Amino acid sequence: MPVSIIEKIEVKYLQIINEKGEADPDLIPSVSDDEITRFFETIILARTFNQRALSLQREGRIGTYASILGQEASQIGSALAFSDDDWLFPSFRESGVLVAKGYPMWMLYRYWAGDERGMKCPDNLNIFPMSVPVGTHVPHATGAAWAMKLKGHRKAAGVYFGDGGSSKGDFHEGLNFAGVFKAPVVFLCQNNQWAISVPRTSQTAAKTIAQKAYAHGFEGIQVDGNDAAAVYKATKDAVEKAKSGGGPTLIECFTYRLDDHTTSDDASRYRSKEEVEAWRAKEPLVRLRLFLEKKGRWTKEYEAGVVKKAEESVDSEIKKAEAFPPPDPADLIRYTYAELTPRQKKELKESGWGS
Amino acid sequence: MGKLNIVGAINSALSEEMERDKDVIVIGEDVGRDGGVFRVTEGLLAKFGPERIIDTPLSELGIIGAAVGLAAYGMKPVAEIQFMGFLYAGLEQIFSHAARIRSRSRGRFSVPMVIRTPYGIGIKPPELHSESSEALFCHMPGIKVVVPSTPYNAKGLLKSAIRDPDTVLFMEPSRLYRAIKADVPDGDYTVELGKAAIHQEGKDLTVVSWGTMLHRASEAAEGFDAEIIDLMTLKPFDEEAILTSVKKTGRLVIVHEAPRIGGFGAEVAALVAEEAIEYLKAPILRVAGPEAVVPMARLEDYYTPSLERIKKAYEKVMQY
Repeated sequence: MPVSIIEKIEVKYLQIINEKGEADPDLIPSVSDDEITRFFETIILARTFNQRALSLQREGRIGTYASILGQEASQIGSALAFSDDDWLFPSFRESGVLVAKGYPMWMLYRYWAGDERGMKCPDNLNIFPMSVPVGTHVPHATGAAWAMKLKGHRKAAGVYFGDGGSSKGDFHEGLNFAGVFKAPVVFLCQNNQWAISVPRTSQTAAKTIAQKAYAHGFEGIQVDGNDAAAVYKATKDAVEKAKSGGGPTLIECFTYRLDDHTTSDDASRYRSKEEVEAWRAKEPLVRLRLFLEKKGRWTKEYEAGVVKKAEESVDSEIKKAEAFPPPDPADLIRYTYAELTPRQKKELKESGWGS
Repeated sequence: MGKLNIVGAINSALSEEMERDKDVIVIGEDVGRDGGVFRVTEGLLAKFGPERIIDTPLSELGIIGAAVGLAAYGMKPVAEIQFMGFLYAGLEQIFSHAARIRSRSRGRFSVPMVIRTPYGIGIKPPELHSESSEALFCHMPGIKVVVPSTPYNAKGLLKSAIRDPDTVLFMEPSRLYRAIKADVPDGDYTVELGKAAIHQEGKDLTVVSWGTMLHRASEAAEGFDAEIIDLMTLKPFDEEAILTSVKKTGRLVIVHEAPRIGGFGAEVAALVAEEAIEYLKAPILRVAGPEAVVPMARLEDYYTPSLERIKKAYEKVMQY
């Protein structure tokens, strides 16, 4: 009996606007100029938020922070493709997602300053608190999406993680369940090439992370993660597919973390300046600027106005964050269970908190 | 009123809760067509269909992790893990997520799910099918731990667990599954979480136990005027019931099959030492498993507290 081929997979790669701001003529009609303007302005806002977070950390006004510099297109392009009814499950490097969804920035600054109240998602959004243990929240998105399907709700879940997270069992078990139960979930892997000091090539022997979806029975696609238009289109298509009963999709956003892993890291210990500079040339804002300029939608004055507005907005959010009263010490006990246990009541009484 | 064993009582609790609340679903390995490895979910697939009695991939982390998302979105998943030793694959999902999401989100999200798992020694299975690791879970704030001991409380406690707004680990004593048949009311009733039961009243010594060991501790008490407390909920546990009893009897013996060091008996002993030491006539004794991994069948009987060891402890405290 001759050997036969029983399965073949093909992994697609999507780019719509290249680093020179040139758009693919067949693909660009799927994204409007207004949408691209929105990506541009949101990236500036997220980048301003991020830059100020790094400064606040250096000044000791917030704690350890994970920068998103370089990954804004992956985060904003995808986040804007979800509606507010959908549920998002971020990891700890998702300021761009949160800012794009309109999560109050002052709350994010509070969170990074060590105040859990910052992760109490406002009622108009459905964003799970960020997950610190890498990749372990992937099955939560699968579960929530599965619940949407069981309840007959036309919604989708999205979950954010990185190339490092794709090595975890949680990633595979979450994807496997999603495949088996055809859960309406979009898995967003930001492959930023480095998991702290370990490069992508040491994370998996596979050529792409996208192809891992096929082992779980559904489609994976790699997109230029620095092209907000491509990320937006891929996510929008995946969300639509999910809501129409087509099941999950894995999107690998091929991007780069331009900053250190966190404010506690020094990336110069493990990667070259040349590598970083090569990626800096491909960062997500530049191509949008070039694209919009060609369309007659960009001028220096326009951008200066956007930046000024972003700075004013971030400044006022920081003021709000820092003026916010400190948490009640009783909070540390209060939210453990729905109701206080008799022992907790005793502990509160003994400590004199929350009286 | 009908006579049921614990398997039947749990099955009836699941069935009634699923009829009461359409968001209650059962997920796990072999829970559907096969009715579960202990047949606890037998007949439920035919009654509720594959959308509510769901056979999952063989993936304990996946079951618990997905249940976190299911519960947070508004379902009421009852996840079955076939044996307590297999629950270890899902520990991070329980400890780092299920137990913390209410707190992490300051009350915006919560994880009202039940994880059912058989625990304990006595059915002579392969390795890691006989664990009794309740103390691990009791140490972790944010989850509740429940251990039934009779068909009556198994049904009532499981109903309460399913209606509870937090994550509940429901540890089913595998040795007792079919060992006791007792009257269980047909209709709806619950047994409140966090409350112990006085299994037997007595004046001379207080015995605290739960699950499988409750029955052995009870058997060993023949000839003693022992007050036997069935703790039932280990987290949060009924401190008041223990203190009230010890204040009356002045003696305390705790019996559990898990290893003694760091076992939940230590918490019970410490409570009494802190809050009722002046009532004690004798040292507090624990009869527990040794500092050893849970053995396979041939050594089981040496591992679990025997009738003789328990009796000796009772005799010892009665010498004071």
